Formats: sequence, C-alpha cells, structure tokens
Amino acid sequence: MTEEAAAPAIRDLLRDAVPRVLSAVTRRCGDFAAAEDAVQEALLAAHVEWPKSGTPANASGWLYRVACRRVADLLNSEVARRRREQAAAGARATETEPPLADDEVEAMAGDETLLLLFMCCHPTLTPPSAIALTLRAVSGLTTAEIASAFLVPEATMAQRISRAKQTISESGVRFAPPDAAERSKRLDLVLHVLYLMFNEGYVSTSDLRLVRVELSSEAIRLVRVLHRLEPEHPEVAGLLALLLLTDARRPARTGPDGEMIPLHEQDRALWDRAAIEEGTALLMAAFARGAVGSYQLQAAIAALHDEAPSVAATDWPQILALYGLLASMSDNPMVALNRVVAAAMVHGPTTGLERLRTLEADPRLARHHRIAAVRAHLLEMSGDFAAAITAYRAAAAATASLAERHYLVTKAATLEQRRAAT
Amino acid sequence: MKFMLMMQGTRKNWESMYEWAPAEIKAHIEFMKGFARELAQAGELVLAEGLDLPTNAKIVTGKGGPPVITDGPFAESKEFLAGFWIVDVPTPERAIEIAGAASAAPGPGGKPLGIPIEIRQVMSGPPDIP
Repeated sequence: MTEEAAAPAIRDLLRDAVPRVLSAVTRRCGDFAAAEDAVQEALLAAHVEWPKSGTPANASGWLYRVACRRVADLLNSEVARRRREQAAAGARATETEPPLADDEVEAMAGDETLLLLFMCCHPTLTPPSAIALTLRAVSGLTTAEIASAFLVPEATMAQRISRAKQTISESGVRFAPPDAAERSKRLDLVLHVLYLMFNEGYVSTSDLRLVRVELSSEAIRLVRVLHRLEPEHPEVAGLLALLLLTDARRPARTGPDGEMIPLHEQDRALWDRAAIEEGTALLMAAFARGAVGSYQLQAAIAALHDEAPSVAATDWPQILALYGLLASMSDNPMVALNRVVAAAMVHGPTTGLERLRTLEADPRLARHHRIAAVRAHLLEMSGDFAAAITAYRAAAAATASLAERHYLVTKAATLEQRRAAT
Repeated sequence: MKFMLMMQGTRKNWESMYEWAPAEIKAHIEFMKGFARELAQAGELVLAEGLDLPTNAKIVTGKGGPPVITDGPFAESKEFLAGFWIVDVPTPERAIEIAGAASAAPGPGGKPLGIPIEIRQVMSGPPDIP
C-alpha cells in the first residue's frame, strides 16, 4: 500500500494531531526546521505502522514520542557534523524543555495551530513555498501527497519545503506569537496564502491524477480552523464564506470530461445548497460586525450569484455596486474587468464595450486573454457575431488554460454555425 | 525506455481549426483526453502537457548581462511544439505505435488528421552493465 492510499480515518487523525505535535516538538528542541523534519518522519512511520498494528489510543502522544526520538538523532548528527568541521563551539542545546506527557500534547490548545500558520505563511516566502510548507506542517500531508497535488516530482517538492524552512530560519524569526502591531498584518498574509491554496485547487484541471489531495477542500478546512480560533475577525469569516460560496458551484463548473462550464451555462440544481446556506449565514454575521473587507465583498457577490435562479434573474445592480466598492478598496485589474461585465448586465452590452475600451489602456490587461474573452461575450450579447467570433479566437489563442481554450474555440465554432444558419 | 513524443503544429493548422464544426472540435478534444487517460491506465504515461500558442512565445539568449529577448509572432509556416507526451515503454516499437495513434486524432468529418509526431528517446544515465 502506498502512503497516498492511507485510510481516510488515519489521515483525519494525523491532520488533527500534527499541529499540536509539531508545536510541542518545536518548543522542546527550539529548532522549527528540525522539528518539522522529525514530525514528517513520525507521520510516515504512522502511515506504515498504524494500518498494521492499529491506531494508537493517543495518536498525538505516539507521534510526539517518535518525533522526539528522531529530532534527537537529527540534532546529534548535526552536532557531530559541526564538531567534525570544527565550527563554532557551543552548538545549540538539543533539548530546551523537559518532554511532555502524552495527555499534555493531546491537550494543547489551538493557538499552536495559529502560531504554525504564522510561521508557514511567512512574509519572506513565495506563495507556492508557503502553501507547500503549510500543507506539510499544519495539514500533516506527506511530501509525496503535496508533490502530487502540485504535479511536481517528490524530490522537487522536498527541496522546495526544505528551502522554505531555511529561509525562515535565516530570517531569525522565533517560534512565538507576533506582537500586536505585526499580528494583523501576518493574519492577512495567512488569509492570502489560504486563498491562493484554494485557487490552486480550483483551477488545476489535470484529469490524469489518480490519487490527489484536494487543495481546495484542505484550504476550506484550514480557514475553518482559523475561524474557530478567531471567531470575531470579520475577514476570516469573509474568506470562509467566499470559499464555501465559490466551492458550492464546483459540481456544476466542469463537465464529465473536465470541460469548463462557465457560470451562465451551469446547471444550478447541482450547486451545493448546504454550502451556500452556511456561507451566507457566515457572511451576514460578519457584515453585522461592521468592518467590511474585500473577502466579505467578494463573498457577497458570490452569494448573490448563488441565490439567483438564473443569470437573467441575478441581482446585477447590487453586484455592480459591490464591484464599485471593491474597486475603491484595491487597484486590481480583474476587479475592474468584472465590474465591466456587471455594468453590461445592468446597462447593456454597448455600455460594457465602451467601458472595456478604457480598460484596454491598462498595460496590466492589454494582452490579457480575459479582455478578449469579455469583449467576445459582450459582442455576442450585442448580436455582432462576426466580431464576437474574432474575439473568441483571439482569447483562445491567448489563454494559458487548456480547458478554457477548448471552451473558447468551441464557442467560436458554435457562433460560426449560428451565423451560417441565419 | 522513455521516449518523448512531440506534436508539431503550425499557425496554419491552428487556424484551420476555425473551419471545424463544434461537434468535430468536441470529438477531437475527447479523443486527446481519452488517449492520455488510456496511457496513464496502461502505466506507460510519464507526463503529458499541451503548450501555450507560439503567439505568446519568446526566444531568449544570454551572453552574460541581461538576457536578450525576441518576441513573437514568428512566421506563419514555422513549426512549433504544440504539446508533448513522455512515455515509458518496453520497446521503441511501442513508442511508434503510440505516436501513430496520437497522429490519427480525428479532424473534420472524423477523418484522421495525420498530425506529425516527432519521437525522440530520452537519454539515460550511464549504463549499469559495462
């Protein structure tokens, strides 16, 4: 049996235990990188042992003991290596605190998870590195599982994670909560990394993966944990709502062969009502706290789509107003582009096409395929099929998504057929 | 032994797809997806990727200092790599068989396209037995 095929019950148990165990081991040895390696090895040992000998009564305690033994080996060999190299005397102590009892590890609070998230979503890391490290250190996934989720070789992923840890230790950050001034900034960064983790899972279209970890579901699970720890933070709730309201459409957004189905062609009966209700309730509660942020606004837009029985019956004026608010908060060209689409739905395609022309002057968008795709859509709405066909083809030639290219090429061919028929 | 199967394309071929009916495009895409899935299920597929069109391509050369970038578009007749498969198969004959099947992907009217597929063996490390 490969480790990827571990029973879901074991995987759930590991996900739950790993943050606590890693925090405990890090505190004991004072070295996050070594502790993280040791916990990964304990986790691999669990994947091999538990299916054979049964799951231990205290999973965290089991992992903690195995990881502590391993970390001692790691640090001892490190000390030996340093001695051989006659490096600076006084190598780091191997144990800074006495070991915890099994039930103490089990009882560690969720703040440890938050601390780990701060550590993994570190400002010196690139988003892909931060996501990978979070999946290993907080989610308790194996390097092989993370590699398969990113479709890269395992050795590449192992190297990426070890470099990320090296970057963190070189930054001199301590395994301690950031101060109040720093905290809010760091929390924003954690939210951003989890948002990107969700997107990574949402856009990846490979249908060749036989075993794969769902990055989107894992991102939702982590934001849920975060929401439990920070229940009053409106943007944490906003992000959880946004992810739930977006993920609710997952069953409808691709066809049986992985082909892309855009919002206006989706079978809305397939949308996950429970996720929509949960997301909407979260959003209402967050709005009631008064500090409106961009995740809440995006969630509100997603909620309006999710509640609408059809594209025509969607509350477009409200969506347009929300995009206006979003645009006033951030200079994001994609927000500006979506605002144009909403304006076209409210005021008609001619208005949309006019506003699109001003956006085309933005160098960040000038060669972006989404501009051509939106233009194609608006031209189709206006009945100018010939120009729409040209724009669909231009968008198809420019996109880097194979599923989207297929969709756009088919769209052009379908319009061509309709044009020939008239 | 591993082989890289490279599908060649030209801008003319890409544009000829403009004449296809939606159902023909659909059949072609389904063929390609099914083809990769079968290779994966047979345990022969290492990697398969489709590439961005050469309209977005750049050619980069470096001689120390900042790299020199040549932007497309390149000549219409210029052949480019449209996508590739890397397969791990027991014999070169099997690689040829796979390439032949890929080449016969359906086009207009369901007729085989005869896409040129270049086969190159992926070089190995030093031989185990001298």
